[in-house]
Amino acid sequence: MEPKLAVEEAPLTKQQRRNELWRAVKKNKWIYFMILPGIIYFIIYKYVPMYGLIIAFKDYKPYMGISGSEWVGLAHFQRLFTSSEFWMILKNTLWLFGLQLLIFFPIPIILSLMLNELRSQFYKRSVQTLIYIPHFMSWVVIVSISFVMLTMDGGIINGMLEALGFEKINFLMNESTFRPMYILQVIWREAGWGTIIYLAAIAAVDPSLYEAARMDGASRFRQMWHITLPSIRSVIIVLLILKIGDVLELGFEHVYLLLNASNRHVGEIFDTYVYTAGLRQGQFSYSTAIGFFKGAVGLVLVIFANWLAKKAGEEGVY
Amino acid sequence: MVEDKTFRSRLFHIVNVTVLGLIALVTVLPFLHVIAASFTTSAELASKRFVLFPTVWSLDAYRYIFSTDTIMKAMMISVLVTVGGTLWSMLMSTLTGYGLSRKDLVGRRYIMFFIIFTMLFNGGMIPTFIVVQQTGLMNSLLALIIPVSINAFNMIILKSFFQNLPAGLEESAKIDGAGDFAILFRIVIPCSLPAIATISLFYAVTYWNTYMHAILYLSDSSKWPIQVLLRQIVVLATGLNYDGAEYTDVPPPEITVKMATIVVATLPVLAVYPFLQKYFAKGALLGSVKG
Repeated sequence: MEPKLAVEEAPLTKQQRRNELWRAVKKNKWIYFMILPGIIYFIIYKYVPMYGLIIAFKDYKPYMGISGSEWVGLAHFQRLFTSSEFWMILKNTLWLFGLQLLIFFPIPIILSLMLNELRSQFYKRSVQTLIYIPHFMSWVVIVSISFVMLTMDGGIINGMLEALGFEKINFLMNESTFRPMYILQVIWREAGWGTIIYLAAIAAVDPSLYEAARMDGASRFRQMWHITLPSIRSVIIVLLILKIGDVLELGFEHVYLLLNASNRHVGEIFDTYVYTAGLRQGQFSYSTAIGFFKGAVGLVLVIFANWLAKKAGEEGVY
Repeated sequence: MVEDKTFRSRLFHIVNVTVLGLIALVTVLPFLHVIAASFTTSAELASKRFVLFPTVWSLDAYRYIFSTDTIMKAMMISVLVTVGGTLWSMLMSTLTGYGLSRKDLVGRRYIMFFIIFTMLFNGGMIPTFIVVQQTGLMNSLLALIIPVSINAFNMIILKSFFQNLPAGLEESAKIDGAGDFAILFRIVIPCSLPAIATISLFYAVTYWNTYMHAILYLSDSSKWPIQVLLRQIVVLATGLNYDGAEYTDVPPPEITVKMATIVVATLPVLAVYPFLQKYFAKGALLGSVKG
């Protein structure tokens, strides 16, 4: 916020306006001082990395720095789009996204409709308290618990399978169990927590609507279908937009923790690939190109989804 | 309220109550199983296949993990990062959030856009890694804190809370000649304790659970927080190690030891959960108030 005092040549009205502005700024100088550390943080750790994205078009050499490295144009992108790995990763990413959207997304909605039908507030609160717990556990804990329960040596699930006369299943190192395991863990950790926002929206529904419906003899199911669901429609749409914007944010930690040599073929997604190619193999520029592609697609998708929602007469997010 | 007492609606109610009860049970069952299993022997675990109540109780697993100070050290590091990180993030978020809650601030809308944009798009893992490297944080515990000083979402929750405080509070203090900092620390913060508590707990849980930043920025294994160590212990020597990190050549720990490590790493979060639970639902909703 540099003072703009040298404006004598400007027309009087303009100068007056500037003086006014300057006075308003000066009045709050301590407030600007308060937000300064925050602004500096966002510049250094959020915007400088955005600038750093230009290494996706360069051949980054750590000793040359970001601006000193040589330009290579779209070479990294060319390599990315022509590599066979790219299609594998894209397919895996879309698979997990599809599971999130089709299987996970409706679950909190159904859960909150069910919770809303409970008559005992104590019972409702108890169920809520329990199903929120996993949200506060790290992915390491979630994956570790799954691990000790699913492992072939001493895990309870395989123990039960054996006791029931089935073959043991190597859940952890298996291509066909990777995706179910992923989505079940997402449901376990987030489904309960996801109900919070829907329950709040349901609580805000005008009770007289239900009374009127009851007068007309509508059953609870009909009330749910014709009153509750339409009332929370805009919340559902907003969350859907946000989910679509997250298409490529499937959780680095979660997927990375599940990955191993035997399920990599179905499990590797953009984030984990960026990590392996970039930090393990030192291909900084190439993996930045991958990350850039991912981020750009995400941004375009969220804008598109928002536009679509507005077109459909909904409020949208932005 | 007139309740419909038809057979169908009663049946629906019974099914609903039962199904929700089962869902709640299934959600916590894995935790209970792991806790129970950590208090028994591996032989018991292997033979009986119990779910919740072992017949043989044993503290061997805990004796084993506390026989060295590896786990205690990692726990101490996690505590340090959690306490320090939460204090730092709260300071930064409160200052920024309060500043931006002031409607008379010139340029407020632009600054908000500047911050919200970072929620939509970011430089990603590698450019951020380079910045962390360039700012000299590599292999320092500060790398787990400074690069995530402010969570934009949490900051906006605080900002909306400050914004909704009665305007008269600040006005009267201003008339009494109080400066902006005095208003923030003597009036606004004491009036916002529920929001401050919620957001502090959100930050604390995030810091406690931090894993990705630790594997990205800490190469020295003596600085690992508990989450990284837990990961190493659980997959140690199973051939599942994907990350190629170095392993010591001790025999793989017994499964009960893994269980006990999970319990120890989870305990602090479970201990604060009752307090957390009092506030978080409200806090999560505050976030849905548009900035």
